[in-house]
Amino acid sequence: MKRKWSLSRLLIGLFLLCIAVATLYPFLYMISVSLSSDVYVIKNEISLLPKGLNFNAYSVVLHDDRIWTSYRNTILYVVVGAPLSLLITAAGAYALSKKEMVFHKLLTLMIVFTMFFNGGMIPTFLIVKSFGLVDSFWSMIIPSAISTWNLIIMRTFFLGLPKELEESGKLDGLTEIGIFARIVLPLSAASLATIGLFYAVGIWNNFYSALLYLRNDQLYPLQVVLRNIVMASQMVLNGGSNVGDNQVLDEPLKYATIIVSTVPILLVYPFLQKYFVKGALIGSVKG
Amino acid sequence: MEPVNPAIEVKPDALPLRVPSVPSNKRSLFLKRLNRSKYLLILFLPCFIYYVLFKYLPMFGLVISFKDYNLFKGVWASPWVGLKYYKMFFESPDFLKLFRNTFLLGVSTVIFGFPVPVILALCLNEVKNLFFKRFVQTVSYVPHFISNVVVIGMVVMFLSPTTGIVAHFVKLLGWQPVNLLVQPAWFRPIYVLADIWQHAGWGSIIFLAALTAIDPQLYEAAAIDGATRWKQLWNVTIPGIMPAMVIMLILNIGHIIDIGFEKVYLLMNPATYDTGDIFSTFVYRMGLTLGNYSYGTAVDLFTGVVSLIFIYAANYAGRKVSETSLW
Repeated sequence: MKRKWSLSRLLIGLFLLCIAVATLYPFLYMISVSLSSDVYVIKNEISLLPKGLNFNAYSVVLHDDRIWTSYRNTILYVVVGAPLSLLITAAGAYALSKKEMVFHKLLTLMIVFTMFFNGGMIPTFLIVKSFGLVDSFWSMIIPSAISTWNLIIMRTFFLGLPKELEESGKLDGLTEIGIFARIVLPLSAASLATIGLFYAVGIWNNFYSALLYLRNDQLYPLQVVLRNIVMASQMVLNGGSNVGDNQVLDEPLKYATIIVSTVPILLVYPFLQKYFVKGALIGSVKG
Repeated sequence: MEPVNPAIEVKPDALPLRVPSVPSNKRSLFLKRLNRSKYLLILFLPCFIYYVLFKYLPMFGLVISFKDYNLFKGVWASPWVGLKYYKMFFESPDFLKLFRNTFLLGVSTVIFGFPVPVILALCLNEVKNLFFKRFVQTVSYVPHFISNVVVIGMVVMFLSPTTGIVAHFVKLLGWQPVNLLVQPAWFRPIYVLADIWQHAGWGSIIFLAALTAIDPQLYEAAAIDGATRWKQLWNVTIPGIMPAMVIMLILNIGHIIDIGFEKVYLLMNPATYDTGDIFSTFVYRMGLTLGNYSYGTAVDLFTGVVSLIFIYAANYAGRKVSETSLW
């Protein structure tokens, strides 16, 4: 009995180790190929460590104008969009957390209903177009400004704040707006950071809005350029290099592009992980 | 953010005292509540505007599926055509193919994708070494934050028959690598695997939280009664996380028809349309690429109604079978 128990523990440990390896290995592999020299890539000989270490792929990628432009665009979208989304979401969620507000039930229902039914791709596109947002900077920010899921997480969080704090604000003669700005927001820094980061990652990774609303390549975010570089010659077996000149093989370039565009997320992730998990958990308390 | 007019808010608790004495009608009571809520309503206003403009206005825009929408005439001036586009859709050979593809892709994502986070959480829960547990958790959440473009880009490159890592290992085993990306039969397995890789770790968080909420005394009681680890798993652990499982299953089933557009769009190529083309990618091609707005919108509305039915049915089943439901 005792022995069997430790055997199952061992199997579980091995299984989890496999999961970790299966998650990490693709990243290691991509880094290795992006750092390897063409001879070994062409022969498909790389499996774990780089062979013929060099940084040619990165130097080509970092000299590509499309990457720089789209990188700058994506950073702008995140820097403008995430705080805006966060502010609107926090204000709306605070109001929704107050049951004494008129229309409280109706407005909550109005929000939740959109999780289960929406106007669909084409009508939304036509509305966005009719507002003149197509092919504008704001098309990456406004049509996806609020995530209903984030709004509900935020509301659940505000519901858990102690009532006394707000009472004291009322005694000092603050309106709800004053209470929200001066008492609630400063006390919610951790949750605001969580939701703000969810928005930031969402905007960073947003491909859909750009595909639908952007035609002007000067406005393209990183994800679109990434798609064009990585997927462009998918069907062409022997497609030439998409980035820069033809001195460097396709594969290391593509992997280098992927790494360059994902590194910011991979770098901040370990420090922010606990906030992300916290956000997921607040949401799960009341689904 | 200064208190603009504190006089209005002087005695918030004066109202309940006055209500019984004054036989006020409903309307003035409502106006009082409205007045007291005005600052909250102001806070909610940006949110409200967003939902009206970008969620509810498009719902009214669905009306163009009953019209011959013309970009220059606009929604109102375009002529009514009744169910023309619905008929066209249901009678076209695309309909059955799209329905089958969407349904099968959604169902296989749920069947194969749903158990993985549960199993992962159950395994993590058995680990006593905290460092190892943290490590596996931290690592397995990473792919959730990687963009769909990167995930599908990785899949496409790894499966390249000439330079992909999969071909590398296939060759090591002495087989001849083939291009799986152009084989319709492989589209669903590849999609589902990519989806599991991306979201299983993150999905386990909710179940881990449910597992820690189980009362340890239940395990002690079960052990005293002579239950083995397996029996404890079936009789204590699984019932303990059942509500979380049912909720997640309902949500997943709700997304069977409304399956994510981005990944399918990115993974698909003309060679795999037979199995890969789903409602949303069809809408994109019909509506936005070819400009058949009305036809695309008809498919949009059909998809929306079917997913609503799915989530309603799943919710109903959840309530009947396990007394857990979303509403």
